[in-house]
Amino acid sequence: MMSEDVLKESGRSGAFIVSAQKRKMQKLAKTAGESILLLIASFVAIVVLFIFYFVTVDAIPYFQLQGFREFFTSSNWYPAGDPGEFGALAIIYGSGMVTLGSTLLSVPMGIAAAICLSDILPFSVRQYAKPVIEMLAAIPSVAFGFFALVIFAPLLQTQGGPILMWAWWILAAPFLLLAVIVISDLLSAKIEDPKRRQQISMFLLVVFGVGALAFLYWVGSVLQGIEIITGTNALNVSIILSFMALPTIVSVSEDALQAVGRELREGSYALGATRAETIVKTILPAASSGILAAVILGVMRALGETMVVWMASGNSSHIPEPWFNYLEAIRTLTATIAGDMGEADQVTGSARYHVLFAMGLLLLVISFISNLVSERIVVRQRKILSGQ
Amino acid sequence: MKTMKHVLLLAALFAVAVSSPLSAAGKSIVMDGSTTVGPLAKSFAAYFTRKYGVKVTVSESGSGNGAKSLINRSCDIATMSRAMKAQELVAARKKGVNPVGHTVALDGIAMVVHPGNPVRNLTKAQIADIYKGRITNWNQVGGPTARIVVIQRESNSGTQESFKDLIMGKTAQISKTAETQSSNGAVKNRVSSTRSAIGFLGLGFVDRSVKPVAVNGVLPSPVTVRKGIYPISRPLYMYTNGQPAGSLKTLIDLSKTPDGKRMITELGFVNK
Repeated sequence: MMSEDVLKESGRSGAFIVSAQKRKMQKLAKTAGESILLLIASFVAIVVLFIFYFVTVDAIPYFQLQGFREFFTSSNWYPAGDPGEFGALAIIYGSGMVTLGSTLLSVPMGIAAAICLSDILPFSVRQYAKPVIEMLAAIPSVAFGFFALVIFAPLLQTQGGPILMWAWWILAAPFLLLAVIVISDLLSAKIEDPKRRQQISMFLLVVFGVGALAFLYWVGSVLQGIEIITGTNALNVSIILSFMALPTIVSVSEDALQAVGRELREGSYALGATRAETIVKTILPAASSGILAAVILGVMRALGETMVVWMASGNSSHIPEPWFNYLEAIRTLTATIAGDMGEADQVTGSARYHVLFAMGLLLLVISFISNLVSERIVVRQRKILSGQ
Repeated sequence: MKTMKHVLLLAALFAVAVSSPLSAAGKSIVMDGSTTVGPLAKSFAAYFTRKYGVKVTVSESGSGNGAKSLINRSCDIATMSRAMKAQELVAARKKGVNPVGHTVALDGIAMVVHPGNPVRNLTKAQIADIYKGRITNWNQVGGPTARIVVIQRESNSGTQESFKDLIMGKTAQISKTAETQSSNGAVKNRVSSTRSAIGFLGLGFVDRSVKPVAVNGVLPSPVTVRKGIYPISRPLYMYTNGQPAGSLKTLIDLSKTPDGKRMITELGFVNK
């Protein structure tokens, strides 16, 4: 009895010993695997931190040498002068200008394309359309830059007026048409008598329609008269950059729209909403955080792009006259870093070298802040949507 | 950082030791200075190493730094796209260095416009005013009524530097509205596709797609540059400490040999 127990015990404990060893091995393997994954993940984070660290370390000497004032308030950029002048205001302005320009072009286009892909086109078409749009992202930026410099810039110089006019007609005509219909509907909505209402509505439609057409034609002819002196300008770069930001915006916002799900859409239809109402009042608000993330990604793409602006922006470090003139050459932070890095080694003048890192730091800070802001907005949006 | 430097240094030493077992460490030649002369110095160096087995190191840190290195005896040849300044010569004498200049080639800078532009001639003063932003329309210099698109090179460019020295003077700055292109090729491209553009190119880059303008009535060409008639040209120098001897002399005298002359012409410079 006793011995049997012992045997059993030892047998059990023998099995127990084996499984303990096994478990130890498994635990070891698990720890090793996890730590390798952690190492890889933290490596990425460390790389980002290191970039921040080294850029900052090389940027600080500039501010020690020259202070903050000149960099942010002067637009005299003569780094090779004796003594050099490092006013980056016009360059910062140029970066802002092309980023704003490309955002204004790419965001409406991108979101419209995303809505079309997710809610309007049939599935079979979407399957092919989306990869084609995403193909745009695979084109190297130097190819875009070459196109902008060699084809688009001369085209703007020879056919600038007509191009602007056609762009105006194509972009403005649908919006004005929509506005005319909506306004005349709204104005005639209060009239009680249906027959009179229809007549007045028709009358208003014709009056506003003729007015809108005249407006379209007038602006169009003004635009057609513009002669673009230099094709390497802020407009050229904004257009090219908007095409480069487009695939990111379309792809990410389409994913966000898809993520809204059938339930919300069907719920909306069940309540009697039309497709337009469903899109505008249900799907867009529900997907807004994802769309915002898409927009921020697109903006970052435009802000950080170097090759295209270096090749096609004209690189002249002045604030255009008047300040909103997109037909003048500008210079951006990224292009300045790329262009002046070549010989600005430590030997040829310390400030001249470190000022480029100051610009890099500025770009890093801007993208860091906008990432932070978008993160905050996304979190808040989620809270609102979940009803908290 | 420091260990990194050590590793790089070791690697470099190792590479030198392996690649050129024939040349003793003391026999290698160090060249430093102008970026404009850089391509020429590099092709001379490659040719020299191939032919005589002597290692030649070429650095491009600017003419001023070339002079500084020569004075500090940290290079054997200073390549310079300008003559040494008086104060540099004084500093050299103080350190017991006797800089001797050798003109290896000539360099002309051509002012180019669109082939459709009727303007044929500009004076040096007109060019300076165009780049300073005082003349902004072609009709001020006898051309059509069109705003001038001024194209310059980036601040690092040697061509830019010598253009500024020869046309604008030391202190004047180029107008902020001037566009910047990153290479001779890019400037040529912009000028050939923009009707109202003006730019400047190394003589070797001028072709039929752009129209060179006569400066003070003289068209740029190897002949006018060699004769010294064309106003925007300058000699390119190599400076040595005292009269060169041995392999240093052979290297500098390469510019007088047929092979050296061919290299000079191929790089767009002009033989003196």
